[in-house]
Amino acid sequence: MDNLTATAFKIRQDILDTVVNCKAGHIGGDFSVTDILTTLYFQQMRIDPLQPKDPNRDRLILSKGHSVEALYAVLANRGFFPLEDLKLVSAYGSKYIGHPTTKVNGIEANSGSLGHGLSVGVGMALAGQMDQAPYRVYIVMGDGELAEGSVWEGAMAASHYQLDNLCAVIDRNGLQISGPTEDVMGHENLEARWTAFGWHVIKAAGNSTEAMNTAFELAKTIKGQPTVIIAETIKGYGVSFMENAAPWHHKVPNAEEYHLATAELAAKRGAAL
Amino acid sequence: MNTIHNRQVINDVLVEKAFQDKQIVVLCSDSRGSASLAEFAKVHPRQFVETGIAEQNIVSIAAGLASCGKKAFVASPACFLSTRSMEQAKVDVAYSNTNVKLIGISGGVSYGALGMTHHSTNDIATMASIPNMRVYFPSDRHQTKRLIEALLTDQKPAYVRVGRNPVADVYTESACPFVMDHASLARAGSDVTLIATGELVDPAIQAAQILEKQGISCRVIDMYCIKPLDREAVLQAARETQGLVVLEEHVAIGGLGSMISQLIASEYPVKFKSLCLPDEPAIAGKSPEVFAHYGLTPENIAVQAAELIGR
Repeated sequence: MDNLTATAFKIRQDILDTVVNCKAGHIGGDFSVTDILTTLYFQQMRIDPLQPKDPNRDRLILSKGHSVEALYAVLANRGFFPLEDLKLVSAYGSKYIGHPTTKVNGIEANSGSLGHGLSVGVGMALAGQMDQAPYRVYIVMGDGELAEGSVWEGAMAASHYQLDNLCAVIDRNGLQISGPTEDVMGHENLEARWTAFGWHVIKAAGNSTEAMNTAFELAKTIKGQPTVIIAETIKGYGVSFMENAAPWHHKVPNAEEYHLATAELAAKRGAAL
Repeated sequence: MNTIHNRQVINDVLVEKAFQDKQIVVLCSDSRGSASLAEFAKVHPRQFVETGIAEQNIVSIAAGLASCGKKAFVASPACFLSTRSMEQAKVDVAYSNTNVKLIGISGGVSYGALGMTHHSTNDIATMASIPNMRVYFPSDRHQTKRLIEALLTDQKPAYVRVGRNPVADVYTESACPFVMDHASLARAGSDVTLIATGELVDPAIQAAQILEKQGISCRVIDMYCIKPLDREAVLQAARETQGLVVLEEHVAIGGLGSMISQLIASEYPVKFKSLCLPDEPAIAGKSPEVFAHYGLTPENIAVQAAELIGR
Protein backbone atom coordinates (compact mmCIF):
# COMPACT_ATOMS: atom_id res chain seq x y z
CA MET A 1 0.00 0.00 0.00
CA ASP A 2 1.09 3.56 -0.66
CA ASN A 3 2.07 5.69 2.27
CA LEU A 4 -0.77 7.68 3.80
CA THR A 5 0.00 10.91 2.00
CA ALA A 6 0.15 9.19 -1.35
CA THR A 7 -3.05 7.33 -0.53
CA ALA A 8 -4.73 10.63 0.27
CA PHE A 9 -3.77 12.03 -3.13
CA LYS A 10 -5.04 8.87 -4.83
CA ILE A 11 -8.31 9.28 -2.95
CA ARG A 12 -8.51 12.91 -4.08
CA GLN A 13 -8.38 11.67 -7.67
CA ASP A 14 -11.31 9.36 -6.92
CA ILE A 15 -13.17 12.29 -5.37
CA LEU A 16 -12.44 14.44 -8.42
CA ASP A 17 -13.66 11.68 -10.74
CA THR A 18 -16.79 11.24 -8.63
CA VAL A 19 -17.63 14.94 -8.58
CA VAL A 20 -17.06 15.30 -12.31
CA ASN A 21 -19.04 12.14 -13.03
CA CYS A 22 -22.08 13.08 -10.96
CA LYS A 23 -21.73 16.80 -11.73
CA ALA A 24 -22.31 17.64 -8.07
CA GLY A 25 -20.64 17.54 -4.69
CA HIS A 26 -18.58 19.67 -2.37
CA ILE A 27 -15.05 19.29 -3.64
CA GLY A 28 -13.44 22.06 -1.57
CA GLY A 29 -14.45 20.54 1.76
CA ASP A 30 -13.78 17.04 0.42
CA PHE A 31 -10.18 17.97 -0.28
CA SER A 32 -9.66 19.73 3.04
CA VAL A 33 -10.91 16.71 5.02
CA THR A 34 -9.28 13.97 2.92
CA ASP A 35 -6.10 13.66 5.00
CA ILE A 36 -8.10 13.53 8.23
CA LEU A 37 -10.32 10.71 6.97
CA THR A 38 -7.45 8.85 5.33
CA THR A 39 -5.42 8.90 8.54
CA LEU A 40 -8.38 7.66 10.53
CA TYR A 41 -9.56 4.89 8.21
CA PHE A 42 -6.13 3.67 7.06
CA GLN A 43 -4.12 4.06 10.25
CA GLN A 44 -6.03 4.89 13.38
CA MET A 45 -9.41 3.23 13.52
CA ARG A 46 -9.89 -0.38 14.53
CA ILE A 47 -12.22 -1.42 11.77
CA ASP A 48 -12.64 -4.39 9.52
CA PRO A 49 -14.53 -3.98 6.25
CA LEU A 50 -15.45 -7.66 6.49
CA GLN A 51 -17.00 -7.18 9.92
CA PRO A 52 -18.57 -3.75 9.67
CA LYS A 53 -20.97 -4.42 12.57
CA ASP A 54 -18.39 -5.66 15.07
CA PRO A 55 -19.66 -4.21 18.37
CA ASN A 56 -16.14 -3.22 19.37
CA ARG A 57 -15.29 -1.36 16.17
CA ASP A 58 -14.28 2.27 16.28
CA ARG A 59 -16.96 4.58 14.99
CA LEU A 60 -16.83 7.71 12.88
CA ILE A 61 -19.56 10.22 12.08
CA LEU A 62 -18.97 12.67 9.29
CA SER A 63 -21.00 15.47 10.80
CA LYS A 64 -20.05 17.78 7.91
CA GLY A 65 -22.04 15.42 5.75
CA HIS A 66 -21.70 17.43 2.56
CA SER A 67 -18.13 16.11 2.28
CA VAL A 68 -19.62 12.72 1.56
CA GLU A 69 -17.66 12.19 -1.66
CA ALA A 70 -14.49 12.13 0.45
CA LEU A 71 -16.02 9.59 2.83
CA TYR A 72 -17.27 7.40 -0.05
CA ALA A 73 -13.85 7.48 -1.71
CA VAL A 74 -12.07 6.62 1.55
CA LEU A 75 -14.49 3.76 2.33
CA ALA A 76 -14.24 2.36 -1.19
CA ASN A 77 -10.45 2.44 -1.09
CA ARG A 78 -10.53 0.84 2.35
CA GLY A 79 -12.59 -2.04 0.99
CA PHE A 80 -16.06 -1.32 2.35
CA PHE A 81 -17.52 -1.41 -1.15
CA PRO A 82 -16.20 -1.64 -4.71
CA LEU A 83 -14.47 1.39 -6.20
CA GLU A 84 -16.78 0.95 -9.18
CA ASP A 85 -19.67 2.03 -6.97
CA LEU A 86 -18.30 5.58 -6.86
CA LYS A 87 -19.82 5.95 -10.32
CA LEU A 88 -23.23 5.60 -8.71
CA VAL A 89 -22.86 8.60 -6.41
CA SER A 90 -25.93 10.84 -6.70
CA ALA A 91 -27.33 8.73 -9.54
CA TYR A 92 -31.08 8.21 -9.92
CA GLY A 93 -32.25 5.64 -7.36
CA SER A 94 -28.73 5.11 -6.02
CA LYS A 95 -28.08 4.42 -2.34
CA TYR A 96 -24.97 6.59 -2.65
CA ILE A 97 -26.81 9.86 -2.09
CA GLY A 98 -25.28 13.28 -1.57
CA HIS A 99 -24.96 12.91 2.19
CA PRO A 100 -23.84 10.01 4.40
CA THR A 101 -26.40 7.27 4.77
CA THR A 102 -26.27 4.09 6.80
CA LYS A 103 -27.47 2.21 3.75
CA VAL A 104 -23.83 2.34 2.64
CA ASN A 105 -21.52 -0.21 4.21
CA GLY A 106 -19.22 1.40 6.77
CA ILE A 107 -21.29 4.51 7.44
CA GLU A 108 -22.38 4.76 11.06
CA ALA A 109 -24.93 7.59 10.99
CA ASN A 110 -27.06 9.54 8.60
CA SER A 111 -25.93 13.12 8.44
CA GLY A 112 -26.40 16.16 6.28
CA SER A 113 -28.11 18.50 8.68
CA LEU A 114 -25.20 20.18 10.43
CA GLY A 115 -24.71 20.14 14.17
CA HIS A 116 -26.07 16.65 14.87
CA GLY A 117 -22.96 14.49 14.75
CA LEU A 118 -21.36 15.47 18.01
CA SER A 119 -24.47 14.71 20.07
CA VAL A 120 -25.01 11.38 18.33
CA GLY A 121 -21.35 10.64 19.00
CA VAL A 122 -21.86 11.49 22.67
CA GLY A 123 -24.55 8.80 22.74
CA MET A 124 -22.21 6.27 21.12
CA ALA A 125 -19.42 7.14 23.52
CA LEU A 126 -21.78 6.95 26.51
CA ALA A 127 -22.86 3.48 25.38
CA GLY A 128 -19.19 2.51 25.20
CA GLN A 129 -18.61 3.88 28.68
CA MET A 130 -21.64 2.01 30.06
CA ASP A 131 -20.55 -1.25 28.44
CA GLN A 132 -16.85 -0.70 29.16
CA ALA A 133 -16.30 -1.35 25.48
CA PRO A 134 -12.89 -0.62 23.97
CA TYR A 135 -14.02 1.40 20.96
CA ARG A 136 -13.37 5.05 20.23
CA VAL A 137 -15.77 7.47 18.61
CA TYR A 138 -14.61 10.05 16.08
CA ILE A 139 -16.70 13.02 15.01
CA VAL A 140 -15.58 15.12 12.07
CA MET A 141 -17.11 18.57 11.91
CA GLY A 142 -16.67 21.60 9.72
CA ASP A 143 -15.77 24.97 11.15
CA GLY A 144 -18.82 26.67 9.63
CA GLU A 145 -20.88 24.00 11.39
CA LEU A 146 -19.79 25.36 14.77
CA ALA A 147 -22.41 28.11 14.44
CA GLU A 148 -25.05 25.45 15.15
CA GLY A 149 -26.06 25.72 18.82
CA SER A 150 -26.58 21.99 19.15
CA VAL A 151 -22.81 21.48 18.73
CA TRP A 152 -22.31 23.19 22.06
CA GLU A 153 -25.03 21.15 23.76
CA GLY A 154 -23.08 18.08 22.69
CA ALA A 155 -19.79 19.64 23.78
CA MET A 156 -21.21 20.27 27.25
CA ALA A 157 -22.48 16.73 27.64
CA ALA A 158 -19.22 15.16 26.43
CA SER A 159 -17.16 16.86 29.09
CA HIS A 160 -19.86 16.39 31.76
CA TYR A 161 -19.65 12.65 31.19
CA GLN A 162 -15.84 12.72 30.86
CA LEU A 163 -15.99 10.92 27.54
CA ASP A 164 -12.32 10.26 26.88
CA ASN A 165 -13.34 7.70 24.27
CA LEU A 166 -14.66 10.57 22.15
CA CYS A 167 -12.48 12.56 19.79
CA ALA A 168 -13.85 15.42 17.72
CA VAL A 169 -12.02 16.81 14.74
CA ILE A 170 -12.71 20.25 13.35
CA ASP A 171 -11.83 20.65 9.71
CA ARG A 172 -10.69 24.23 10.21
CA ASN A 173 -10.38 25.42 6.64
CA GLY A 174 -11.69 28.89 7.40
CA LEU A 175 -14.12 29.04 4.51
CA GLN A 176 -17.80 28.37 4.13
CA ILE A 177 -20.20 28.81 1.27
CA SER A 178 -20.59 32.57 1.71
CA GLY A 179 -16.94 33.32 2.34
CA PRO A 180 -14.44 33.34 5.23
CA THR A 181 -15.86 31.82 8.41
CA GLU A 182 -14.62 34.80 10.36
CA ASP A 183 -16.77 37.12 8.24
CA VAL A 184 -19.85 34.89 8.27
CA MET A 185 -19.83 34.05 11.98
CA GLY A 186 -16.53 34.35 13.71
CA HIS A 187 -14.88 31.71 15.87
CA GLU A 188 -12.62 34.01 17.84
CA ASN A 189 -10.49 32.13 20.36
CA LEU A 190 -11.71 28.80 19.09
CA GLU A 191 -9.22 26.90 21.19
CA ALA A 192 -10.27 28.75 24.35
CA ARG A 193 -13.95 28.05 23.62
CA TRP A 194 -13.37 24.31 23.60
CA THR A 195 -11.10 24.50 26.62
CA ALA A 196 -13.82 26.41 28.46
CA PHE A 197 -16.26 23.63 27.60
CA GLY A 198 -13.97 21.16 29.35
CA TRP A 199 -12.24 19.64 26.35
CA HIS A 200 -8.62 18.85 25.80
CA VAL A 201 -7.58 20.76 22.68
CA ILE A 202 -4.92 19.73 20.19
CA LYS A 203 -4.01 21.85 17.21
CA ALA A 204 -2.59 20.05 14.22
CA ALA A 205 -1.78 20.57 10.56
CA GLY A 206 -4.87 18.96 9.10
CA ASN A 207 -3.48 18.31 5.64
CA SER A 208 -0.51 16.40 7.02
CA THR A 209 -1.28 12.74 7.59
CA GLU A 210 1.80 12.57 9.78
CA ALA A 211 0.67 15.46 11.97
CA MET A 212 -2.86 14.07 12.19
CA ASN A 213 -1.54 10.66 13.13
CA THR A 214 0.49 12.19 15.93
CA ALA A 215 -2.53 14.16 17.11
CA PHE A 216 -4.75 11.06 17.18
CA GLU A 217 -2.09 9.14 19.13
CA LEU A 218 -1.90 11.96 21.64
CA ALA A 219 -5.69 12.11 21.94
CA LYS A 220 -5.77 8.46 23.00
CA THR A 221 -3.62 9.28 26.01
CA ILE A 222 -5.95 11.97 27.34
CA LYS A 223 -8.06 10.60 30.18
CA GLY A 224 -11.11 11.97 31.95
CA GLN A 225 -12.15 14.42 29.24
CA PRO A 226 -12.93 14.42 25.54
CA THR A 227 -10.42 15.68 23.01
CA VAL A 228 -10.94 17.98 20.08
CA ILE A 229 -8.37 18.27 17.34
CA ILE A 230 -8.47 21.58 15.57
CA ALA A 231 -7.15 20.46 12.22
CA GLU A 232 -5.90 23.50 10.36
CA THR A 233 -6.62 22.72 6.76
CA ILE A 234 -6.78 24.36 3.39
CA LYS A 235 -10.07 24.15 1.56
CA GLY A 236 -9.46 22.56 -1.83
CA TYR A 237 -6.05 21.25 -0.70
CA GLY A 238 -4.09 19.45 -3.38
CA VAL A 239 -5.23 21.38 -6.43
CA SER A 240 -3.66 24.82 -6.44
CA PHE A 241 -6.44 26.72 -8.18
CA MET A 242 -9.06 25.29 -5.82
CA GLU A 243 -7.17 26.12 -2.66
CA ASN A 244 -8.66 28.77 -0.40
CA ALA A 245 -11.23 29.74 -2.98
CA ALA A 246 -14.78 29.88 -1.63
CA PRO A 247 -16.45 29.15 -5.02
CA TRP A 248 -14.87 25.68 -4.95
CA HIS A 249 -17.12 24.88 -1.98
CA HIS A 250 -19.34 23.09 -4.47
CA LYS A 251 -18.19 24.00 -7.96
CA VAL A 252 -17.84 21.21 -10.52
CA PRO A 253 -14.61 21.32 -12.58
CA ASN A 254 -14.91 21.71 -16.37
CA ALA A 255 -12.86 19.55 -18.74
CA GLU A 256 -9.81 21.77 -18.65
CA GLU A 257 -9.90 22.15 -14.89
CA TYR A 258 -10.30 18.40 -14.57
CA HIS A 259 -7.16 17.72 -16.58
CA LEU A 260 -5.14 20.33 -14.70
CA ALA A 261 -6.31 18.94 -11.37
CA THR A 262 -5.59 15.35 -12.40
CA ALA A 263 -2.05 16.23 -13.46
CA GLU A 264 -1.38 18.09 -10.23
CA LEU A 265 -2.73 15.31 -8.03
CA ALA A 266 -0.67 12.72 -9.92
CA ALA A 267 2.48 14.79 -9.49
CA LYS A 268 1.88 15.23 -5.78
CA ARG A 269 1.12 11.58 -5.32
CA GLY A 270 4.31 10.70 -7.17
CA ALA A 271 6.31 13.06 -5.02
CA ALA A 272 4.91 11.48 -1.88
CA LEU A 273 5.88 7.96 -2.87
CA MET B 1 -61.35 8.55 40.38
CA ASN B 2 -57.96 7.08 39.53
CA THR B 3 -55.03 9.06 40.95
CA ILE B 4 -52.15 7.33 39.18
CA HIS B 5 -50.63 9.31 36.33
CA ASN B 6 -49.87 7.65 33.02
CA ARG B 7 -46.29 8.89 33.39
CA GLN B 8 -46.02 7.07 36.72
CA VAL B 9 -47.01 3.87 34.96
CA ILE B 10 -44.26 4.40 32.40
CA ASN B 11 -41.75 4.71 35.23
CA ASP B 12 -43.11 1.58 36.89
CA VAL B 13 -42.84 -0.53 33.73
CA LEU B 14 -39.33 0.71 32.95
CA VAL B 15 -38.09 0.29 36.53
CA GLU B 16 -39.32 -3.29 36.56
CA LYS B 17 -38.04 -4.27 33.12
CA ALA B 18 -34.65 -2.61 33.56
CA PHE B 19 -33.65 -5.10 36.25
CA GLN B 20 -33.58 -7.81 33.61
CA ASP B 21 -32.92 -5.80 30.49
CA LYS B 22 -29.68 -3.88 30.91
CA GLN B 23 -30.02 -2.36 27.45
CA ILE B 24 -32.85 -0.10 28.61
CA VAL B 25 -31.63 3.47 29.03
CA VAL B 26 -33.81 6.36 30.16
CA LEU B 27 -32.86 9.93 29.31
CA CYS B 28 -34.28 13.09 30.87
CA SER B 29 -33.70 16.78 30.19
CA ASP B 30 -33.95 18.05 33.77
CA SER B 31 -37.36 16.40 33.57
CA ARG B 32 -37.03 13.34 35.80
CA GLY B 33 -39.41 14.86 38.36
CA SER B 34 -42.06 16.01 35.93
CA ALA B 35 -41.75 12.72 34.07
CA SER B 36 -42.11 10.71 37.31
CA LEU B 37 -38.81 9.06 36.46
CA ALA B 38 -36.89 10.05 39.58
CA GLU B 39 -37.41 6.53 40.86
CA PHE B 40 -35.91 5.04 37.72
CA ALA B 41 -32.89 7.34 38.06
CA LYS B 42 -32.45 6.25 41.65
CA VAL B 43 -32.94 2.54 41.13
CA HIS B 44 -31.02 2.26 37.85
CA PRO B 45 -28.46 5.08 37.90
CA ARG B 46 -26.21 3.28 35.40
CA GLN B 47 -29.07 3.11 32.93
CA PHE B 48 -30.07 6.73 33.33
CA VAL B 49 -28.70 9.71 31.40
CA GLU B 50 -29.34 13.31 32.38
CA THR B 51 -28.71 15.83 29.61
CA GLY B 52 -29.82 19.02 31.32
CA ILE B 53 -32.19 21.36 29.57
CA ALA B 54 -31.15 20.49 26.04
CA GLU B 55 -33.89 18.87 24.00
CA GLN B 56 -31.95 18.73 20.77
CA ASN B 57 -29.04 17.08 22.48
CA ILE B 58 -31.14 14.53 24.35
CA VAL B 59 -32.69 13.14 21.18
CA SER B 60 -29.39 12.88 19.30
CA ILE B 61 -27.66 11.29 22.30
CA ALA B 62 -30.50 8.77 22.53
CA ALA B 63 -29.99 7.96 18.85
CA GLY B 64 -26.28 7.42 19.43
CA LEU B 65 -26.99 5.12 22.37
CA ALA B 66 -29.55 3.22 20.32
CA SER B 67 -27.11 2.77 17.44
CA CYS B 68 -24.92 0.89 19.94
CA GLY B 69 -27.71 -1.46 20.98
CA LYS B 70 -29.43 0.48 23.74
CA LYS B 71 -33.20 0.76 24.07
CA ALA B 72 -33.45 4.48 24.59
CA PHE B 73 -36.48 6.13 26.23
CA VAL B 74 -36.41 9.93 26.16
CA ALA B 75 -38.84 11.63 28.54
CA SER B 76 -39.17 15.35 28.05
CA PRO B 77 -42.10 17.79 27.88
CA ALA B 78 -44.09 17.10 24.73
CA CYS B 79 -44.13 20.77 23.80
CA PHE B 80 -40.34 20.85 23.44
CA LEU B 81 -39.76 17.30 22.30
CA SER B 82 -42.19 17.56 19.40
CA THR B 83 -40.99 20.88 18.03
CA ARG B 84 -37.60 22.03 19.33
CA SER B 85 -36.07 18.64 18.71
CA MET B 86 -38.25 17.80 15.74
CA GLU B 87 -35.26 17.80 13.43
CA GLN B 88 -33.32 15.45 15.68
CA ALA B 89 -36.40 13.23 15.76
CA LYS B 90 -36.58 13.36 11.99
CA VAL B 91 -32.89 12.83 11.19
CA ASP B 92 -31.32 10.90 14.05
CA VAL B 93 -34.33 8.83 15.09
CA ALA B 94 -36.74 8.32 12.20
CA TYR B 95 -34.40 8.63 9.21
CA SER B 96 -31.63 6.70 10.94
CA ASN B 97 -34.21 4.19 12.20
CA THR B 98 -32.79 4.09 15.70
CA ASN B 99 -34.53 2.35 18.58
CA VAL B 100 -35.55 5.53 20.35
CA LYS B 101 -38.89 5.99 22.06
CA LEU B 102 -39.75 9.64 22.54
CA ILE B 103 -42.08 10.09 25.51
CA GLY B 104 -43.75 13.49 25.39
CA ILE B 105 -44.90 14.24 28.92
CA SER B 106 -47.39 16.89 30.06
CA GLY B 107 -48.82 16.81 26.57
CA GLY B 108 -51.61 18.80 24.97
CA VAL B 109 -52.87 21.54 27.27
CA SER B 110 -51.81 19.76 30.47
CA TYR B 111 -49.71 22.77 31.39
CA GLY B 112 -52.87 24.80 30.88
CA ALA B 113 -52.04 28.07 32.61
CA LEU B 114 -48.44 28.18 31.42
CA GLY B 115 -49.35 29.35 27.95
CA MET B 116 -48.60 28.36 24.40
CA THR B 117 -44.88 27.78 25.02
CA HIS B 118 -45.87 24.82 27.15
CA HIS B 119 -48.74 23.48 25.08
CA SER B 120 -48.18 20.69 22.58
CA THR B 121 -51.27 20.98 20.47
CA ASN B 122 -49.58 20.28 17.15
CA ASP B 123 -47.49 17.24 17.98
CA ILE B 124 -49.51 14.89 15.79
CA ALA B 125 -48.84 17.24 12.89
CA THR B 126 -45.12 17.41 13.53
CA MET B 127 -44.39 13.85 14.54
CA ALA B 128 -46.81 11.88 12.38
CA SER B 129 -45.64 13.71 9.28
CA ILE B 130 -42.13 12.29 9.70
CA PRO B 131 -41.64 9.09 7.68
CA ASN B 132 -40.90 6.10 9.93
CA MET B 133 -42.14 7.81 13.10
CA ARG B 134 -45.04 6.14 14.89
CA VAL B 135 -47.34 8.18 17.12
CA TYR B 136 -49.31 6.93 20.12
CA PHE B 137 -51.61 8.77 22.53
CA PRO B 138 -52.68 6.23 25.18
CA SER B 139 -55.95 6.95 26.93
CA ASP B 140 -55.46 5.59 30.43
CA ARG B 141 -52.91 4.01 32.73
CA HIS B 142 -53.76 0.43 31.82
CA GLN B 143 -53.37 1.07 28.13
CA THR B 144 -50.19 3.07 28.77
CA LYS B 145 -48.73 0.06 30.56
CA ARG B 146 -49.57 -2.28 27.71
CA LEU B 147 -48.24 0.18 25.15
CA ILE B 148 -44.88 0.64 26.88
CA GLU B 149 -44.53 -3.11 27.29
CA ALA B 150 -45.20 -3.53 23.58
CA LEU B 151 -42.75 -0.78 22.63
CA LEU B 152 -40.05 -2.53 24.64
CA THR B 153 -40.33 -5.50 22.32
CA ASP B 154 -39.73 -3.69 19.05
CA GLN B 155 -36.77 -1.82 17.60
CA LYS B 156 -38.51 1.01 15.78
CA PRO B 157 -38.84 4.73 16.54
CA ALA B 158 -42.00 6.01 18.23
CA TYR B 159 -43.42 9.13 19.82
CA VAL B 160 -45.80 8.71 22.76
CA ARG B 161 -47.77 11.56 24.32
CA VAL B 162 -49.15 11.41 27.83
CA GLY B 163 -50.79 14.14 29.87
CA ARG B 164 -49.66 15.60 33.14
CA ASN B 165 -52.64 14.75 35.28
CA PRO B 166 -54.20 11.45 36.31
CA VAL B 167 -57.04 10.52 34.01
CA ALA B 168 -60.07 8.36 34.65
CA ASP B 169 -59.70 4.67 33.91
CA VAL B 170 -61.14 3.69 30.58
CA TYR B 171 -60.20 0.05 31.12
CA THR B 172 -59.37 -2.20 34.03
CA GLU B 173 -56.18 -4.11 34.51
CA SER B 174 -57.84 -7.38 33.55
CA ALA B 175 -60.00 -5.91 30.81
CA CYS B 176 -57.73 -3.79 28.65
CA PRO B 177 -58.27 -5.01 25.11
CA PHE B 178 -54.89 -4.00 23.77
CA VAL B 179 -53.58 -5.14 20.42
CA MET B 180 -50.59 -3.20 19.14
CA ASP B 181 -51.47 -0.86 16.29
CA HIS B 182 -55.15 -1.78 16.42
CA ALA B 183 -57.61 0.73 17.83
CA SER B 184 -59.43 -0.41 20.94
CA LEU B 185 -63.20 -0.59 20.85
CA ALA B 186 -64.03 1.31 24.02
CA ARG B 187 -67.78 0.94 23.48
CA ALA B 188 -69.89 -0.81 20.90
CA GLY B 189 -72.60 1.09 19.04
CA SER B 190 -74.35 1.25 15.68
CA ASP B 191 -75.80 4.74 15.02
CA VAL B 192 -72.85 7.08 15.28
CA THR B 193 -69.12 6.73 16.05
CA LEU B 194 -66.87 8.81 18.23
CA ILE B 195 -63.19 8.35 17.42
CA ALA B 196 -61.13 9.75 20.25
CA THR B 197 -57.51 9.69 21.29
CA GLY B 198 -55.62 10.28 24.52
CA GLU B 199 -57.45 12.11 27.26
CA LEU B 200 -60.56 12.60 25.15
CA VAL B 201 -61.48 8.94 25.17
CA ASP B 202 -63.06 9.24 28.61
CA PRO B 203 -65.29 12.24 27.68
CA ALA B 204 -66.24 10.33 24.55
CA ILE B 205 -67.44 7.38 26.61
CA GLN B 206 -69.43 9.72 28.84
CA ALA B 207 -70.93 11.30 25.72
CA ALA B 208 -71.93 7.85 24.50
CA GLN B 209 -73.71 7.21 27.78
CA ILE B 210 -75.67 10.45 27.37
CA LEU B 211 -76.58 9.48 23.80
CA GLU B 212 -77.70 6.06 24.93
CA LYS B 213 -80.29 7.69 27.19
CA GLN B 214 -81.57 9.50 24.10
CA GLY B 215 -81.87 6.22 22.27
CA ILE B 216 -78.79 6.74 20.13
CA SER B 217 -76.36 3.85 19.96
CA CYS B 218 -72.86 5.32 19.95
CA ARG B 219 -69.64 3.50 19.15
CA VAL B 220 -66.45 4.78 20.78
CA ILE B 221 -63.13 3.96 19.15
CA ASP B 222 -60.00 4.59 21.18
CA MET B 223 -57.51 5.50 18.45
CA TYR B 224 -54.41 5.43 20.64
CA CYS B 225 -52.45 4.42 17.54
CA ILE B 226 -52.51 7.60 15.50
CA LYS B 227 -49.77 6.37 13.24
CA PRO B 228 -50.00 3.73 11.96
CA LEU B 229 -53.67 4.67 11.91
CA ASP B 230 -56.04 1.75 12.26
CA ARG B 231 -57.65 2.35 8.88
CA GLU B 232 -59.89 -0.68 9.05
CA ALA B 233 -61.47 0.40 12.35
CA VAL B 234 -62.27 3.78 10.78
CA LEU B 235 -63.66 2.34 7.56
CA GLN B 236 -65.69 -0.24 9.42
CA ALA B 237 -67.24 2.53 11.51
CA ALA B 238 -67.87 4.52 8.33
CA ARG B 239 -69.67 1.54 6.81
CA GLU B 240 -71.62 0.52 9.89
CA THR B 241 -72.66 3.83 11.46
CA GLN B 242 -74.13 7.03 10.07
CA GLY B 243 -71.30 9.42 10.86
CA LEU B 244 -67.93 9.93 12.52
CA VAL B 245 -66.97 12.51 15.14
CA VAL B 246 -63.26 12.81 15.82
CA LEU B 247 -62.08 14.15 19.19
CA GLU B 248 -58.55 15.25 19.89
CA GLU B 249 -56.53 17.50 22.16
CA HIS B 250 -54.83 18.98 19.12
CA VAL B 251 -55.42 21.67 16.53
CA ALA B 252 -57.39 20.75 13.42
CA ILE B 253 -54.55 21.16 10.97
CA GLY B 254 -52.56 17.97 10.65
CA GLY B 255 -54.33 16.19 13.48
CA LEU B 256 -56.24 12.95 13.82
CA GLY B 257 -59.31 14.58 12.29
CA SER B 258 -57.27 15.53 9.23
CA MET B 259 -55.99 12.01 8.86
CA ILE B 260 -59.40 10.39 9.24
CA SER B 261 -61.17 12.84 6.97
CA GLN B 262 -58.56 12.20 4.27
CA LEU B 263 -59.13 8.50 4.63
CA ILE B 264 -62.90 8.49 4.48
CA ALA B 265 -63.03 11.16 1.76
CA SER B 266 -61.08 8.88 -0.53
CA GLU B 267 -62.32 5.48 0.62
CA TYR B 268 -65.83 5.76 2.05
CA PRO B 269 -67.35 9.26 2.31
CA VAL B 270 -69.60 9.61 5.31
CA LYS B 271 -70.83 12.43 7.57
CA PHE B 272 -67.91 13.80 9.55
CA LYS B 273 -67.21 16.29 12.30
CA SER B 274 -63.97 17.29 13.98
CA LEU B 275 -63.96 18.51 17.59
CA CYS B 276 -60.57 19.81 18.59
CA LEU B 277 -58.62 22.88 19.64
CA PRO B 278 -58.68 26.07 17.57
CA ASP B 279 -55.91 27.51 15.41
CA GLU B 280 -54.93 30.00 18.08
CA PRO B 281 -53.12 29.99 21.44
CA ALA B 282 -55.34 28.08 23.85
CA ILE B 283 -56.79 29.97 26.79
CA ALA B 284 -55.36 29.56 30.27
CA GLY B 285 -56.89 27.05 32.61
CA LYS B 286 -56.77 23.51 33.87
CA SER B 287 -57.27 20.84 31.22
CA PRO B 288 -60.99 20.32 32.03
CA GLU B 289 -61.55 24.08 31.89
CA VAL B 290 -59.77 24.38 28.57
CA PHE B 291 -61.68 21.40 27.19
CA ALA B 292 -64.96 22.93 28.34
CA HIS B 293 -64.08 26.28 26.81
CA TYR B 294 -63.68 24.66 23.41
CA GLY B 295 -66.70 22.41 23.67
CA LEU B 296 -64.83 19.21 24.41
CA THR B 297 -67.28 18.16 27.12
CA PRO B 298 -69.38 14.99 27.18
CA GLU B 299 -72.54 17.11 26.90
CA ASN B 300 -71.43 19.05 23.85
CA ILE B 301 -69.86 16.00 22.21
CA ALA B 302 -73.26 14.26 22.58
CA VAL B 303 -75.08 17.25 21.09
CA GLN B 304 -72.67 17.43 18.15
CA ALA B 305 -72.86 13.71 17.47
CA ALA B 306 -76.66 13.68 17.56
CA GLU B 307 -76.81 16.70 15.28
CA LEU B 308 -74.41 15.09 12.82
CA ILE B 309 -76.78 12.21 12.21
CA GLY B 310 -79.91 14.40 12.30
CA ARG B 311 -81.22 13.25 15.65
